[in-house]
Amino acid sequence: MTAVSDVSSHAIARARWRPAEIAFWVLAASCAFLFPSRYLIMTDILRLALFTLSLDLILGYAGIVSLGHAAFFGVGAYSAGLLALHGIINEPVIALVVAGLVAMVLGFLTSFLVIRGVDLTRLMVTLGIALLLEALAERFSNITGGTDGLQGIEMQPILGLFAFDMFGKTGFFYSLIVLFLLFLLARRIVNSPFGLSLRAIKNNPLRASAIGVPVNRRLIAIYTVAAFYAGIAGALFTQTTALASLDVFSFERSADLMLVLVIGGTGYLYGGLIGAVVFKMLQELFQTITPQYWLFWIGLVLVVMVLIGRERIHRWVLWGPNLIIRQVFGRKAGVAVPESDAP
Amino acid sequence: MTTLFTILFDGVAYGMLLFVLACGLAVTLGLMNFVNLAHGAFAMAGGYICAVLVNNQGWPFFSALPLAFVSAAAIGVALERTLYRHLYTRSHLDQVLFTIGLTFMSVAAVDYIMGSSRIFIKLPAALEGQFDFFGVGIGRYRLMIIVICGLLTVALQLILAKTRFGSRLRAAVDDPRAASGLGINVPQVFAFTFAFGCGLAGLGGALSAEILGLDPYFPLKFMIYFLIVVTVGGSSSITGPFLASLLLGIGDVAGKYYVPKMGPFVIYTIMIVILIWRPNGLFGRAAAR
Amino acid sequence: MTIALETRGLEKSFGGLRVTRDLSLKVEQGARHALIGPNGAGKTTVINLLTGVLKPNAGQILLEGNDITNLAVHKRVLRGLSRTFQINQLYADLTPLETIGLAVSERLGRGGDWWRRMGTRNDVNEEIAETLGRFHLLDVMNEPTATLPYGKQRLLEIAVAIATKPRVLLLDEPAAGVPESERHDILAAVAALPRDVTVLLIEHDMDLVFSFADRISVLVNGAMLVEGPPDEVARDPQVKAVYLGEAADV
Repeated sequence: MTAVSDVSSHAIARARWRPAEIAFWVLAASCAFLFPSRYLIMTDILRLALFTLSLDLILGYAGIVSLGHAAFFGVGAYSAGLLALHGIINEPVIALVVAGLVAMVLGFLTSFLVIRGVDLTRLMVTLGIALLLEALAERFSNITGGTDGLQGIEMQPILGLFAFDMFGKTGFFYSLIVLFLLFLLARRIVNSPFGLSLRAIKNNPLRASAIGVPVNRRLIAIYTVAAFYAGIAGALFTQTTALASLDVFSFERSADLMLVLVIGGTGYLYGGLIGAVVFKMLQELFQTITPQYWLFWIGLVLVVMVLIGRERIHRWVLWGPNLIIRQVFGRKAGVAVPESDAP
Repeated sequence: MTTLFTILFDGVAYGMLLFVLACGLAVTLGLMNFVNLAHGAFAMAGGYICAVLVNNQGWPFFSALPLAFVSAAAIGVALERTLYRHLYTRSHLDQVLFTIGLTFMSVAAVDYIMGSSRIFIKLPAALEGQFDFFGVGIGRYRLMIIVICGLLTVALQLILAKTRFGSRLRAAVDDPRAASGLGINVPQVFAFTFAFGCGLAGLGGALSAEILGLDPYFPLKFMIYFLIVVTVGGSSSITGPFLASLLLGIGDVAGKYYVPKMGPFVIYTIMIVILIWRPNGLFGRAAAR
Repeated sequence: MTIALETRGLEKSFGGLRVTRDLSLKVEQGARHALIGPNGAGKTTVINLLTGVLKPNAGQILLEGNDITNLAVHKRVLRGLSRTFQINQLYADLTPLETIGLAVSERLGRGGDWWRRMGTRNDVNEEIAETLGRFHLLDVMNEPTATLPYGKQRLLEIAVAIATKPRVLLLDEPAAGVPESERHDILAAVAALPRDVTVLLIEHDMDLVFSFADRISVLVNGAMLVEGPPDEVARDPQVKAVYLGEAADV
């Protein structure tokens, strides 16, 4: 029957790789060879991109606004740090996964608080959990090193083969591979029936449940997955910098994260990756002007973005690239357009 | 036994202060369903203006307090008319982003102008120290806070219950659409309430310099407290936020006294327990908005 | 006859206002039952109670003899009680294909599959194609719902409900706001619903009710006024009074 094959091909089309996407990843990988002196900042961008991808999963796809996503980043960071410091798990990849799982457990437990209530309650709960963890880390400074952070972390070679070097080359490739693998997984998740139900929930939870979607269970699931991603991002931070201090939990980190995501656009996965690049460039720019008042500029960018309208800005920015894509690949080629953020 | 009373007294003072700081937020949230995370910035503005007037210009403390109210309200009205009103119909995410942006800007601006260290406001001698009341140590400053905030609360309650504006406001909070159908100018009511709420926050900021500490990070540090007051108290009346503030104040003071090492956890634990028990807040409406 | 859907002594109050009063309703298996009433009679509240959006203060709801009073919204759907929405609540940026796909996936218990792309299961695809075909939506299946003509959107509304394979379907004013030219499609779709699906039609439009229903319940002020076959209800003086009274207001 032709209708069935039509349905199938249209349904799969959304998940098909577009030329622009492939170009994006080729470009990302080639950065390693284009800027060999800038591994550290590029690794920083990759970590931030992964962390933002995590927020995109809950904010862009499920519509959960979080003011405390740093909670999971911090738990991942400290877990990885403690595992390495005390020699519990020496192999970085296993430690990375374990740290992610620890954050995931926390995400699962706290998701029950987050799914209840309205946006305002969610804001308070997410912010409260991050503050609580920060206070805990300060209180148990004998374990966490308090304000000084964990000192003397020494990383073992990845898989016993690739030692971390002082230029950050290993760290960069390690982070890039982790980001790419987790991106593939996220891409699969959002194009699955599960991902479709998330988009429906974000649009109208009541309507979704009237179609038979178990709304709470889906939200718990994606929140838990996002916590895993954030935990991995935090663990990567510790592993590639050999640092973990209290500011991994800070509110500024959670707020910056939202800025990164809205710069890049929500709900199409690449927002976090593009946002991370733009954000770091902005940071470099502003920090050369007024290093200690960086906060002011972040604030200004947020205010201006909202006042002009996030979608409008994205349309302006994407106008050029989309024009090129259309010229090169023809009119039908998939263009990169972030989904609208209508509530 | 007397320590218990002292804790209760300090807690009530703290709670009432929180109420004055946060009640404006409760009303704007209830009225326009607008999430204003920059509320603390107005409090900080009031506090710093009061500090400059008293410390640098030599104003008496009690004449600087009304000015803290007026100037915070004026800033509130200016921002409401120019910026906030464009965002009422936008998503909560936009509102959150925008008001966090404003908060960050205010933090950095105050840091730039006034420096990053904590400031103190010179108090008149009459407000310093404490006196003994049947063995309970009563801080003069805290007593003044309870008196001022208590009077304000009573006045607010009377305004809401007895005046024409109060009934319009209640109608608008209850159902903005129906209220505008009845010929109530909801945007005007809102602008006025917003300014008044900012003014109260400014006053609260001036009063809190002594107790909570006033530095450029004030709006960020106390953001969670304001959110707790509003979510736990609900936004359908001012009684809810008032009781929530008292609970928060007493809980925080008692926690810091009895389990000093666990200080902040007491509050967060209370908050989490309440939310598991009543997701829409202790005194919130059943219907989610 | 077996009873498909039943309420016993249903009560709902908001504040001091009793919106649903001691409502007992029996809908027979395979019936074309209509629930009518003037504006403000509490029809919407009844739907919300039946579907689980609201919890009653007292009383029971039974679906095919099983108590579902305390079941969550989505569980009632999986048990076979679906509804359509009166005001357009379709997903504006999802396509009809995705909307139906969502409903079918959930019903087959595949909605939680996160490792599989949409469109790779044949049983799901076949059902989507079948449903889209039945409601004349195949040609627009890949268009965002928001861009469809209003009549198509109303059809999609019914199609989604049908895709959940309900045994009892609550139709909430299916033709509301549809232009005269597209009205026929809706009426035909409603008339063509399979006979084994029990339908409870909540409607304002008397023409539609009398052409479709074989039994009518009249709701006034949250309480049942009259129940019976259409001709009996049409002759009832109380019903006439209510509707004439309302007509006089208009």
